[in-house]
Amino acid sequence: MKIGVLLKQVPDSEARIKVKADGSGIETGDIKYVINPFDEYGVEEALKLKKAKGGEVVIFSFGPKKADEAIRGALAMGADRAVRVDGTGLEGSDNYAVARVLAAAVKAEGMDIVFAGKQAIDDDSAQVPQLVAEFLDWPEVGPVETFEMVDDTTIKVERAIGGGSKEVIQSALPAVVAAEKGLNSPRYASLPGIMKAKRKKIDVKTPDALGIPAAEMGAGAALVKVTKWSPPPVRAAGKVLKGELSETIPQLVKLLHEEAKVI
Amino acid sequence: MGRPTERRGDRPTIVADQGGDVAFDGVDFMAFDSLLSEEERLTRDTVRQFVEDEVLPIIADHFQKGKFPAHLLPQMAELGLFGANLKGYGAAGVNNVAYGLMMQELERGDSGIRSFASVQGGLVMYPIHTFGSEAQKRRYLPELVSARLVGCYGLTEADAGSDPGSMRTHAVADGTSYILNGSKMWITNGSIADVAIVWAKLDGIVHGFIVERDTRGFETREIDNKFSLRASVTSELFFDDCRIPKENLLPHTAGLKSALMCLTQARYGIAWGAIGAAMGCYEEARSYAGERIQFGQPIAGFQLTQQKLALMLTEITKAQFMTLQLGRLKDAGKARHFHVSMAKRNNVYWALEIARMARELLGASGIVDEYHAMRHALNLESVKTYEGTHEVHTLILGEHITGIAAYGGRQ
Repeated sequence: MKIGVLLKQVPDSEARIKVKADGSGIETGDIKYVINPFDEYGVEEALKLKKAKGGEVVIFSFGPKKADEAIRGALAMGADRAVRVDGTGLEGSDNYAVARVLAAAVKAEGMDIVFAGKQAIDDDSAQVPQLVAEFLDWPEVGPVETFEMVDDTTIKVERAIGGGSKEVIQSALPAVVAAEKGLNSPRYASLPGIMKAKRKKIDVKTPDALGIPAAEMGAGAALVKVTKWSPPPVRAAGKVLKGELSETIPQLVKLLHEEAKVI
Repeated sequence: MGRPTERRGDRPTIVADQGGDVAFDGVDFMAFDSLLSEEERLTRDTVRQFVEDEVLPIIADHFQKGKFPAHLLPQMAELGLFGANLKGYGAAGVNNVAYGLMMQELERGDSGIRSFASVQGGLVMYPIHTFGSEAQKRRYLPELVSARLVGCYGLTEADAGSDPGSMRTHAVADGTSYILNGSKMWITNGSIADVAIVWAKLDGIVHGFIVERDTRGFETREIDNKFSLRASVTSELFFDDCRIPKENLLPHTAGLKSALMCLTQARYGIAWGAIGAAMGCYEEARSYAGERIQFGQPIAGFQLTQQKLALMLTEITKAQFMTLQLGRLKDAGKARHFHVSMAKRNNVYWALEIARMARELLGASGIVDEYHAMRHALNLESVKTYEGTHEVHTLILGEHITGIAAYGGRQ
């Protein structure tokens, strides 16, 4: 089987993010980057499927050269090779544009199934898996909590639909499968795996080479534009009321009513 | 790596910089990371994540109960942590800087876990790899890489510590065998070892021998009354007319120097490991100081606290760069034993000082096992003594500087 995984490099969820003073983005200087955690479930499921069915696992990513580090991490986990669509100079591409080039890259490699994280933890858009499926004219299922092969061309997955209920879906392949937390426990990259990954190939392709003009990518061409970034408001210090209870209780009630507006 | 733990995956958060507490992300004051290769960073991050997920949640309990967490061994083997800087025979073959960073992360967990890796790799696999016959390498190394066999290293004796040349354990040739007699003391992994590398005098010259667990006349006894390295096994080994086949002699050992070469390997890993313990203590102290309110303000705002934190960060940063250079020299084949002595001596000394300072900064909370600093401090007392005491490393440096050996005062 030819098994693809969509992977995005994102700031570590533990990173302290600072918004630039002019609100045009975030300070990227000192941030540590990692594989999007939800994508790690995708990589793990792909590796399990390869073990069961044979074939190869190919990582697909859109990003600048720096993204190779995250890609190399997935190769160290055991993926066979990768295709990176070069995003150098195309910062600000929206989900539509990113999905378009990823779909073109997947199509060029001829995959049987593609895994992805249900969303990236940086912008939390949760759109790319669906859009990629749309551009490929494939079905998309997600966020999935279980995955199994019914036969060589049919998959069965479960997704939560609220209130503890599960929806069980069967789908024909090829399909895009978006992973939810708990689908599996992603393996650690082993030291021999890290050594092997050094020799695995990351093919770098330009959007143009995939038939998508660079002019239709980037911030300028975005259909959805991010107009401003702002940090969460700094929490104000709490207020302590001092004095006799007979005085402070009415004060508290008043503050809850007038300032906090909760009663 | 950002492995999705319960906390991370559930509600991915990107927090504004409000000085909130974040998970351990190393200590990097002067862009140390920029000097590392992708392979080196990946190695460190994967071991860091393993320690975060598997070691830290259980280590205090194991330390308190005096129990080695043997259940971690299959996973550590699968990660390729044993003998990781050796080539071939199933070993990972990473460079010495990646190997060092692995040791740093393991000791951020616990010195006992790092000690296991040091012994298995630097003191058991390394001598077989360096001084062993091809048959010995094929037989033992793949089994040790996978931890299907556990090894120990018997050099020190009750009356021969810093002066290993005075050892009494000896071997006598007898037909197709050697007969070993003597005992070894303070042996990490001794009671759980399947195979021991034992140093003994044969015709007055020190040689290395491979002794398997079930050899008649080989017994072990665990030393279980320790205040230190409690999550690690320390034992005595006894050889009583222990008959081993002649092919178990490590053929390329040449006197005590061979035994000391093994120690240089292990000391290199310890130099890195100490940085990990120090980082863990520093981060714990820094985080606590920011949250602990006394006299109406975080104790981080007091000059005496800042003085401690500044000293800790300075010493960690100095140790990082010295030890990285040592690793680069080692990869280039240019690291000498006295370079390793300087790093082991300095880093362990400061790690212990930092652990003590961190414990002090934690106040009374620092004496309970909810915090790691005191466990590190207790462990580091051993680390300061084993693999060449602080004093012996001082004398190695003194000999290098002056050309005069000062080990045997009255000789």
